[in-house]
Amino acid sequence: MTEITAEIVREHGLTDEEYRRVLRIMGRAPNLVELGIFSVMWSEHCSYKSSKVWLKKLPTTAPWVICGPGENAGVIDIGDGQAAIFKMESHNHPSFIEPYQGAATGVGGILRDVFTMGARPVANMNALRFGHPDDPRTRHLVSGVVAGIGGYGNCVGVPTVGGEVNFHHGYDGNILVNAMTVGIADADRIFYSAAAGIGNAVVYVGSKTGRDGIHGATMASAEFDDDSAEKRPTVQVGDPFTEKLLIEACLELMGTDAVIAIQDMGAAGLTSSSVEMSSKGGVGIELDMDAVPVREDGMTPYEIMLSESQERMLFVLRPGREDIARAIFEKWELDFAVIGRITDTQHLVLRSGGTTVCDIPVPPLVAEAPEYDRPRGAPPAPAPMPSPVPALDTPAGEALLTLMGSPDLCSKRWVWEQYDHMVMADTVQRPGGDAAVVRVHGTNKALAIATDCTPRYCFADPRQGGRQAVAEAWRNLTAVGATPLAVTDNMNFGNPERPEIMGQFAGCIEGMAEACIALDCPVVSGNVSLYNETNGKAILPTPAIGAVGVLADYRRMATLAFKAAGEAIVLVGATNGHLGQSLWLREVAGLEAGPPPPVDLAAERANGDLIRALIGDGAVTACHDLSDGGLLVAVAEMALAGGIGAAVEIPDGTGPTAWLFGEDQGRYLITAPDAADILARAAAAGAPAAVIGRTEAGATLTVPNGLSISLDTLRDTHEGWLPRYMAAP
Amino acid sequence: MKSAVIVFPGSNCDRDVQVALRASLGAEPLMAWHGDAALPAVDLIVVPGGFSYGDYLRAGAMAAHSPVMREVAARAAAGVPVLGICNGFQVLCEAGLLPGALMRNAGLKFICRDVHLRVDNARTIFTSGYAAGQVVRMPVAHADGNYNADAATLDALEGEGRVAFRYCAADGAVTEAANPNGSARNIAGILNAAGNVLGMMPHPERLAEAALGGTDGRAMFDAVCAALAA
Repeated sequence: MTEITAEIVREHGLTDEEYRRVLRIMGRAPNLVELGIFSVMWSEHCSYKSSKVWLKKLPTTAPWVICGPGENAGVIDIGDGQAAIFKMESHNHPSFIEPYQGAATGVGGILRDVFTMGARPVANMNALRFGHPDDPRTRHLVSGVVAGIGGYGNCVGVPTVGGEVNFHHGYDGNILVNAMTVGIADADRIFYSAAAGIGNAVVYVGSKTGRDGIHGATMASAEFDDDSAEKRPTVQVGDPFTEKLLIEACLELMGTDAVIAIQDMGAAGLTSSSVEMSSKGGVGIELDMDAVPVREDGMTPYEIMLSESQERMLFVLRPGREDIARAIFEKWELDFAVIGRITDTQHLVLRSGGTTVCDIPVPPLVAEAPEYDRPRGAPPAPAPMPSPVPALDTPAGEALLTLMGSPDLCSKRWVWEQYDHMVMADTVQRPGGDAAVVRVHGTNKALAIATDCTPRYCFADPRQGGRQAVAEAWRNLTAVGATPLAVTDNMNFGNPERPEIMGQFAGCIEGMAEACIALDCPVVSGNVSLYNETNGKAILPTPAIGAVGVLADYRRMATLAFKAAGEAIVLVGATNGHLGQSLWLREVAGLEAGPPPPVDLAAERANGDLIRALIGDGAVTACHDLSDGGLLVAVAEMALAGGIGAAVEIPDGTGPTAWLFGEDQGRYLITAPDAADILARAAAAGAPAAVIGRTEAGATLTVPNGLSISLDTLRDTHEGWLPRYMAAP
Repeated sequence: MKSAVIVFPGSNCDRDVQVALRASLGAEPLMAWHGDAALPAVDLIVVPGGFSYGDYLRAGAMAAHSPVMREVAARAAAGVPVLGICNGFQVLCEAGLLPGALMRNAGLKFICRDVHLRVDNARTIFTSGYAAGQVVRMPVAHADGNYNADAATLDALEGEGRVAFRYCAADGAVTEAANPNGSARNIAGILNAAGNVLGMMPHPERLAEAALGGTDGRAMFDAVCAALAA
């Protein structure tokens, strides 16, 4: 048997102190299998050891929360005895190394987290961040990631209904691929991972175990260096066809009374799933390595336990139900094997060839996982806003075209047309709007889903950026008329061992918590991805938020397209002309500087509640939230979506550039044939509101000082950038 | 009238077709598992979209050899209407019920978007709800929808009125720009010689309800259900 040397310990990513803890728990030196299990369970990816202390500060409860963080995904009550189950998860490191498979298996993993809990997945979303378009790797990464997400989601037959795509130098060496799945289940048929019943069978289903992805969790817990491409063998390979069969087989089995507990094999594979099930259930688990279905002969227990082969599940079945379960999995042509039993020892015991190859007490393996309150420092400060601000006299039309054709604001049609966003025939609001809307099958109820984060704000001021990420997601749900219910978070940051990174992390959490509380939108699930840096250069802090809301009747939802000419365009929310960290400043003035726009959570709430009420009453014909690019960009997007022009006026005494392109928060544009009633209701609600223009029959956008742009020109610019970029050699 | 939807491992538009048939038919279609040897007597068979057998080997190639397809072929030969949508079209071609093949899209990427179709033959049981030359809108969602066959076959299809739909612009013009996948002669859907088997890449079931953005697909299900009920 291999002797455990200091070098082997180091290769497994454990510190000296952590290894001393292993020795104390074991009361002896671990063997290699045991060391491997400690290593993955205590990796940053699985243990959240640097982030746990901060995640506890997020609000996680509300009367409608059925299950908050800690299970495979969050569960909320959406009425009528139904629950929405959702989570967002990163697959950043693998996607940089092998974009197609990295992104594809990211989708597969998050789907499993959701159907493991008994939900039929009904929608996928994704939040993608790539390096600057000029980085020589960007085109290849965009192409591979989008194809991978599509290749997996399209095949499993779950619509990919929306998301976001950003480009920034901060992601040149570390892209972010955050995938989200939303599913629907009966609220009284939710499945959890706690094993129970001494002697019950532990059943392995799905794909066979291969040698792929060994140490994937450990890779995701370290930074990249120049040799990161050599980590390709740690990336898993996905098979969406098997996943589709697994979804159908698992949901069919869950329709019987056979299942006591279920856990998917995600990061750290059979190790984390078996430890999770026994730990949650307060029981022991004994597995026979020789019974695990394997792809090739000669796999060692170490490899079997650490493999991250995809499309696998672990069940604990009720006694006497094995035959029912076996028949279902055989029908779906999936492997089915009883690989162990639940015991009363609270130990994880593995046997191979008749001998015990691992014996770890589970409670301390889980409870004594390291937890660090790492030192925090001041986050890096943004460049100061120059005074005077340059380029303020750039004509509005020129600035608008620059923005509409910029990588972050251009149409992402090239991306979402590669995703099947209509399969399941319940997508009632397709990509391109503020939020995707997916009908709850067979009803008039619908879920609204959005993902948001503005990393440049988070970099300039983590607390305001954290607030803004939650607020914008909430605002996007509100803009379609939905009541936001809860969020999932995907915290993407650099190396937590650097105090400034922990400062960013803590600041973002603080801001998110404030916004979640003020907006009644708790965090029900999430994922943390740290060490997103290469050679000491970290990504922008990116706490991606996925939000889910409910619409009582989808027929009452709002869309952003102008509906008719001659309608009033009403701006709701206060405009102060905040240009710091705006896209205008970056794309037109060539600067990333200043503080981000502050988020007034009370105003956010008041304005949003007004908008939701107006939509619910059928008082508005279109609605769009204001975000990147500010007011004129929002008007242009509404005009393009409706093929209807507009004339916008600038109030006296306002700097036109700041007014048209400032990114003040908490704002919406709505249209109505007559604004009088809306203005009165806004005044009563204490929400600033003013008519800022009218929709017009001509296909032209006009603003004072002579600007007039045809919608055709705008559309060519808006639709053109991404296809042109991707087609370039 | 009874209808059946064939379900292969990897089918994923089976429920969508089920919903559309239920709405037009007022009755529940039979969902026929590919492994079930016997197919009851039905008046209409739909082979739905998806990724049967994961598109491994070639799209539709493995499903074409599934036991149930022998039965589908026999029923088709006996005159039972068979509609293959997307992967279903690929399966019908692979099974030899329709000529030609569906290759990788000319742009090499999966495409999901609404397209316009010109109804070239409105005198079939599937298309009688449309007027000849009518322009309808339906979504495509495929990576392998590039229809091709040798010139003689294409000439025969055209000469015998067996091109049901062609990709076209909103005004009905059959142009290269309106062809989403490189299909020969903009062909989106074809019929067998007897006219009772239709294969098409676009998804009528996805625009069969106003809530989804259009109802042009509904007319197909309404027409075929009405004809068979009569």
